[in-house]
Amino acid sequence: MTEALAWLIILLPLASFVAVALVIRPFFNRWSIAAGWVTIAAIAGSFVLSLVAAAAVFNDGSIAYPSRQWIAAPGLVIPFGILLDPLTAVMLVVASGVSLLVQIYSQGYMRGDRGYARYFAYMSLFTASMLGLVLARSIVQMFFFWELVGLCSYLLIGFWFTRPAAAAAAKKAFLVTRLGDFGFLLAVLYLFFQGGELLDVPTLYEAIHAGLIATSVATWIGLGIFAGAVGKSAQFPLHTWLPDAMEGPTPVSALIHAATMVAAGVFLVARFFPLIELSGTTMDVIALIGGFTAVFAASMGLVANDIKRVMAYSTVSQLGYMMLALGVGAYIPAIFHLFTHAWFKALLFLSAGSVNHAAGTFDMRYMGGLRKYMPATYAVMIIGGLSLAGIFPLAGFWSKDEVLVGALENGSPVGIMTFLLGLIAVLMTAFYMFRAVFMTFHGSWRGGADAEAAANASAHPAPQAAGGHAGDGHGDGHGDGHGDEHGSHGGVHLAESPLVMVLPMGILAAAAIFAGILVNPPTALGPIEKHFFGEYAAHNKPVFPTHEDAVRAGAEPHFNLVIALASTALAVAGIGLAYTFYGRGQASVSLPAPLAKVHRVLTRKYYFDELYERVLVNNLFYRRFSAAFEWIDTNWIDGFNYRVTLWTERSGRALTHLQNGQIQAYGTAIALGVLLTLAAYFVWGA
Amino acid sequence: MFSGFLTTIVFLPAAAALVVAMLRREQHIRWFAIGATVVELVLTVVLFLAYDRTEGGVQFIDRIGQWIPIAGFRAEYLLGVDGLSLPLVLLTGLLGAAAAFASWRISVRVKEYFIWLLILQTAVTGVFVSLDFLLFFIFWEIELLPMYFLISIWGSGRPQYSALKFVIFTLTGSAFMLVGILALYLTADINTFAMVSIPEAGIVGIPELIPGARLLLPAGLIFAFLFIAFAVKLPLWPLHNWLPDAHTDAPTAVSVMLAGVLLKMGGYGLLRVAVGMFQESPGFQIDQVAWLLAALAAVSVLYGAVLTLRQTDLKRLIAYSSVSHMGYVVLGVSSIVAVADVGTGGLNGAAMQLFTHGVITGLLFLLVGMAYERTHTRYIPDLGGLAGKMPFIATGFLLAGLASLGLPGLGGFVAEIMVFLGTFPVWGWATVLGAFGVVLAAGYILWMVQRVFFGPPRQHLGHLHDAHWVDMIPVVGLAIPIVLIGIYPGWLVDVFKMGIEATLR
Repeated sequence: MTEALAWLIILLPLASFVAVALVIRPFFNRWSIAAGWVTIAAIAGSFVLSLVAAAAVFNDGSIAYPSRQWIAAPGLVIPFGILLDPLTAVMLVVASGVSLLVQIYSQGYMRGDRGYARYFAYMSLFTASMLGLVLARSIVQMFFFWELVGLCSYLLIGFWFTRPAAAAAAKKAFLVTRLGDFGFLLAVLYLFFQGGELLDVPTLYEAIHAGLIATSVATWIGLGIFAGAVGKSAQFPLHTWLPDAMEGPTPVSALIHAATMVAAGVFLVARFFPLIELSGTTMDVIALIGGFTAVFAASMGLVANDIKRVMAYSTVSQLGYMMLALGVGAYIPAIFHLFTHAWFKALLFLSAGSVNHAAGTFDMRYMGGLRKYMPATYAVMIIGGLSLAGIFPLAGFWSKDEVLVGALENGSPVGIMTFLLGLIAVLMTAFYMFRAVFMTFHGSWRGGADAEAAANASAHPAPQAAGGHAGDGHGDGHGDGHGDEHGSHGGVHLAESPLVMVLPMGILAAAAIFAGILVNPPTALGPIEKHFFGEYAAHNKPVFPTHEDAVRAGAEPHFNLVIALASTALAVAGIGLAYTFYGRGQASVSLPAPLAKVHRVLTRKYYFDELYERVLVNNLFYRRFSAAFEWIDTNWIDGFNYRVTLWTERSGRALTHLQNGQIQAYGTAIALGVLLTLAAYFVWGA
Repeated sequence: MFSGFLTTIVFLPAAAALVVAMLRREQHIRWFAIGATVVELVLTVVLFLAYDRTEGGVQFIDRIGQWIPIAGFRAEYLLGVDGLSLPLVLLTGLLGAAAAFASWRISVRVKEYFIWLLILQTAVTGVFVSLDFLLFFIFWEIELLPMYFLISIWGSGRPQYSALKFVIFTLTGSAFMLVGILALYLTADINTFAMVSIPEAGIVGIPELIPGARLLLPAGLIFAFLFIAFAVKLPLWPLHNWLPDAHTDAPTAVSVMLAGVLLKMGGYGLLRVAVGMFQESPGFQIDQVAWLLAALAAVSVLYGAVLTLRQTDLKRLIAYSSVSHMGYVVLGVSSIVAVADVGTGGLNGAAMQLFTHGVITGLLFLLVGMAYERTHTRYIPDLGGLAGKMPFIATGFLLAGLASLGLPGLGGFVAEIMVFLGTFPVWGWATVLGAFGVVLAAGYILWMVQRVFFGPPRQHLGHLHDAHWVDMIPVVGLAIPIVLIGIYPGWLVDVFKMGIEATLR
């Protein structure tokens, strides 16, 4: 594969962005339908090239194209270039593949929206940024595209910017992730401090291999990089933006959650895995945060009534799995889980969008019985759910199992702890997923958007009550009861979605089934080699010797029957539990008093939004800290200036008394002056 | 040596002002003035392209030996550009034209207004191309006059107060600067106003003479005098208080010039004079106060950013953000202490920040002006939902805002990452503090965008028009360099690099 072709992977969607944003949107908005076609064509091109790139890596091993100079000043050279290794190849295929299907689906979903062309412009840029990130050869280049990925999520989450909740959610996403990016930036600075040439990733790998990076250095840089990943991948404690990000159009959520924004965090940690691995501290931090997040997020998913929020928590939880895997050194399982998760999570989001198309709301309390009206959506959602829950032989089963095995085989206390956390999350995952399926599709129809509007009208006199300000755009009363506030199409029309939406879902469903067994089978399946994916991802020759050694250890998925059975049993139990409570499509379940309290804590998301926004940002920072600065600026600094002018004016005024216009006084002064001068001359001068 | 090119560039706006004085119809005045600034812009672009990059050094020299015919008085009329000043001349051309376009709706005392605006451009361009310290000072002072009248007559809010405050602050700084300049000139070993050495013209400048000189005043004192003048202009904490008032009350075009170009005079002076002359001055070197520069820079960045977060007036908000962003210039300059070890990344970043902040903030003020013209308010809580009604203005504003918060792909990021990378190895703590300003920047920019442009349209604002095509020209004109620098910074860095190299010893 030539370098030009590799660049084309980024440049195609970028060109489509430019074409849509600068030509179609301003001048030909009447034919905005063309925007969709241009975008799809460009991303399809990138997808094909990504497959070519993956094949090239398979045949020739990793390819590092020449490093060029983006900025060159004495002592400060910022390189850029393309790095094509197995990790990149996997990410390329996932990102362009999911994006392609999402764009096709969007043609149906976004039809008739006023911002149709704008939507596809953003989507093109989003895809280009993500592809640019995974192809980057230098860390500054990664930071560059990393921020652009953040920008695009901002633009797309706030796509319906006239809705206050969407505008607030977009801002929140950008700010929370930027807090993490600060860590990433410091890591870049510290890495540069170790040596300017280390900004180039292959050079960094070589330096690591040669033992030139001290452990303490690796710890700090690793933690900084991980901070960036925590923000992007919505890990605890920077997880708060992701549920709110549901304000964007649903296909955007599918893309963010499967293949771009949040996957970027995992990719980043994987990219710097050889460095991070040098420090046990960093690894433990990553494992524990990942494991904790897996359970923490899943617990909030248990009670969410908004179908998209259930999926959002699920994403956070699953990303926790991937981080956990990386933290315990299970590199291949982490990438594998990223790979399988992308397909079934995209599927689940697109299904949620399809449900919304019919019900007009995302609030599952107003759904129910939809399987009668939308059998295809029901079927694919079941597939996606089973894959997510980790039921044999669907894709999720294989990857999740490898993560658990990796954690257990790590053997350290952290490994055991994260293994247990992972097991708990399995149970929760199965429960929340099938709770959502049952609430949505089983039982009888509860009226959708119309019923919700009626309920809101009686509850809130003002229809806009749920929007409002940046700080409190969510959760007055019960967590997520504002289905009509975000990205829903409004209006009920109970029918299956059009083919242009169902078709991508079907393809994703196939992937959700087969992306595990056919890609990384435990034994050879005809032409497919045993552990094809693991071997492929570990196949890092010839550029990075170290990376391969480290990675190969984890390449072999030691299939563990006991763990497989245990986790499957937990998943089945979770589904059973969900069926017991919600099997007939109940809208809610009455809980005994102590559990109701827990329920309330969970619906309020452990009060983290209140802690961050009300207590830390608003009260502590805004009302006290920055107010104090303002006081100092006005009273001390400008006050000093004011006093200087005041005294200047006063002394000037005092001196005006000398200039009173009386000739006698002037004469006296002159005479006195002459006398004094003479006196001085006689005393000192002579 | 007199090619006349720079003299033309400097005095073209002033000549245009003379013509404007003779025109009668207001519409003629507007379009003639706009036309003149466009011609000026074309000339600066030609200058930028014609500068010989393989040769480097000072080029396009215009020199009249003794333009003040007093025996022994060695002040010269000496103009020239090098890598440091060349981009700033281009910046002045860009923003001058943008400011003229932004003034096409002015209807009060039109003739006077454009005369002052054009004279202002001559003065600022003169500052950047003067290589004689006295001439530099004269242009530096001339700039005050038009500013005073422009703010106090065409301003809003408390224009007289703000104009006076601006003048007093700047004049105080200038008084110090004059003493510094004279102290250097009157030192027998120096006795020249030449700010740089130009070997091919036989000019030996202060930077070359100062190391062995027995100075009239202690070098540290001279440095302090000059530094204060630049710090006021920049502005650097705690000398910044004139800026929010002046920016807020000035008319749009003047805010554009003020933020975009006038602040850069401070940064330019810092690099040309403070850095250029005091690296090997006897008894005092700039290295000794580099820590102080780093500390003041970090304070400026954070202090400015925290105060920006509290502003409710759109223009005031952007004004305070300038305090924060200009801190990065000083942060970059503070890396001078270890320039032999870490290279000139920080200094180049500082120079880049001058240019990028100029275009970005210029664009922000331009768009705020347009929004204000339509809504008649700059009070953020009264605004909202503008994006739906004026998508062009909203898009431009978002672009400029994102550039301001340092989004990669746009100009601001390039300057900031260069400053950070170049300074971190020298002043780690100050860089970390300063870098946090980027997080705060995201806070105030996005908060503002959300409040002003997003949300449902506000009824009380009535019917709003999007940008007129005349408004669009300067917006696009400033957006282009922002994107160009963001994607391919080489075209600018490579020029600055030569200028920075020449100021080092």
